[in-house]
Amino acid sequence: MTDRIVRVASGQGFWGDWPEAPKRQVEQGPVDYLMLDYLAEVTMSIVQKQKERDPRMGYARDFIGAMEGVLPAVLERGVKVIANAGGVNPPACADALLALATSMGQRGRLRLGVVTGDDLLPRLDELLATGHPLANMDTGAPLSEVRDRVLAANAYIGSTPIVEALRGGAQIVITGRSTDTALTMAPLRYEFGWADDAWDQLAAGIIAGHILECGAQSSGGNCLHDWRSIPDLANVGYPIVDARADGSFTVTKHPGTGGRVSIPSVSEQLLYEMGDPHRYITPDVIADFTSIRLADDGPDRVHVSGIRGAPPTDSLKVSIAYRDGWKAVGSLVYAWPDAVEKAQLADRVLRERLDRLGLRFDTILTEFVGAGATHGSLAGPVLPDLPEVQFRIGVRGHDRAAVERFTREIVPLVLNGPPSVTGFAGGRPKVEEIVAYWPALIDKRVVTPTVEIRQ
Amino acid sequence: MRVRLLDIAHARSGDKGDTANVGVIALRPEWYPVLESLLTRERVAAHFAGVIAGGVDRFVLPNLHALNFLLHGALDGGGTLSLKTDAQGKVYSTALLRMVLEVDPATVAALGLPTIAE
Repeated sequence: MTDRIVRVASGQGFWGDWPEAPKRQVEQGPVDYLMLDYLAEVTMSIVQKQKERDPRMGYARDFIGAMEGVLPAVLERGVKVIANAGGVNPPACADALLALATSMGQRGRLRLGVVTGDDLLPRLDELLATGHPLANMDTGAPLSEVRDRVLAANAYIGSTPIVEALRGGAQIVITGRSTDTALTMAPLRYEFGWADDAWDQLAAGIIAGHILECGAQSSGGNCLHDWRSIPDLANVGYPIVDARADGSFTVTKHPGTGGRVSIPSVSEQLLYEMGDPHRYITPDVIADFTSIRLADDGPDRVHVSGIRGAPPTDSLKVSIAYRDGWKAVGSLVYAWPDAVEKAQLADRVLRERLDRLGLRFDTILTEFVGAGATHGSLAGPVLPDLPEVQFRIGVRGHDRAAVERFTREIVPLVLNGPPSVTGFAGGRPKVEEIVAYWPALIDKRVVTPTVEIRQ
Repeated sequence: MRVRLLDIAHARSGDKGDTANVGVIALRPEWYPVLESLLTRERVAAHFAGVIAGGVDRFVLPNLHALNFLLHGALDGGGTLSLKTDAQGKVYSTALLRMVLEVDPATVAALGLPTIAE
């Protein structure tokens, strides 16, 4: 059956995405798989901190809420769910999901696959001692420089353990730091039985995953092309891939939903967070984005074909998070007349006060939001007579007390600085710990993903 | 003749560490060669001079009628380190589309490129 279609729906593009989306994807039309992506680079450190406080935590709790909405429909219709909601604690995520199923009277019908083995934090010293320096990919520095400040260390693992879980009969697969694209590619590899070296098909699965992994960003959300004409964003349909065994697929969305799937909307997403398009490296395959062919296939349908892939490297990427100081950002709003001039004076006054206090920071950054904050000098001269401008100032450094002191210097400006000021209702800004990102590589052979089937 | 990039292309940007990427896509396939020949790495680097701290890389994707630019040192350290409003480089896309290209009149006429007043 070469014309068989497997339908994967995107239900979440990041932790914090639209709570409505998973339910809509399952209820508004037929789907075979629901793909939920929860993890970004910073997410792993957040969940690691939660796990340190409570060993039953450390996963994307939104996933449990999402499943509460869709579990009956998922079980009724045999939809399978693949989610990297496990964070740094997939077993705890599985416990929570099983507890939810019990409370909903659905426990007997649920079969879960739990993928672990990506978490390298417990093995870090052993790895460093056995010749894996985990050097920073950008700077070349060895991890030993920041070892005592490491919060989380996870290898990006590929599709193989997810495929194994599906072969084991799992209806819902929970992973930790799987690549975002593996969540889509794994079910296609499983359904079509693609060989481990079917590079072109595997690459097609990865590119289908890239199109789905950011939710509505490929179906009209954040789409610059002809944005005014994109219909009914309030009711935006998240993207769906109808995949075929040969590696070609069609991007679409459920009928009756808003948004738009078009060559421009899909193209924008294909280029999102792109590095070298010839070599999009994943643990399973290297995908060549310059091989992609897009064709219009009717309203809200884009046909994708021609994709080429190549064998992967011998390494896995490792995402390491480490503590790197403190930061705080505060803001005030200055109103007409002379809003920008008043905000500029506030900035000078504040900086002079910080100087007199002898506070030192690695960086102080001022922006005037409304007057060129995002495009800088490219925005050209500031327009005269702006109705208001936001004075936004941030500091970062390794002296927590200095950053804390900075947070107390902003609101006083309301009474002791330039006039026509408001927008201080939030009070003092919060001091946040900076969790910096350390990208590294590790030999694939020392990372062994494990699959557990639970009922 | 002067052609504003915004009138002949659309774009999306994102981040990887302290690097922002901007994918630029021709609004019409026949306009892509204009991008490929005029939107050079050097011109884009000059456009962002003083705005980003590092260099620029360029990749071509003729299949998507698109170019991909990497703007290094664009995000004040990037990720959670950055103090910028646009810490993830989400709007470098339209910052690039502010560029104005000088295109010869014959090409403008042949391709029907929209121009802006001198």
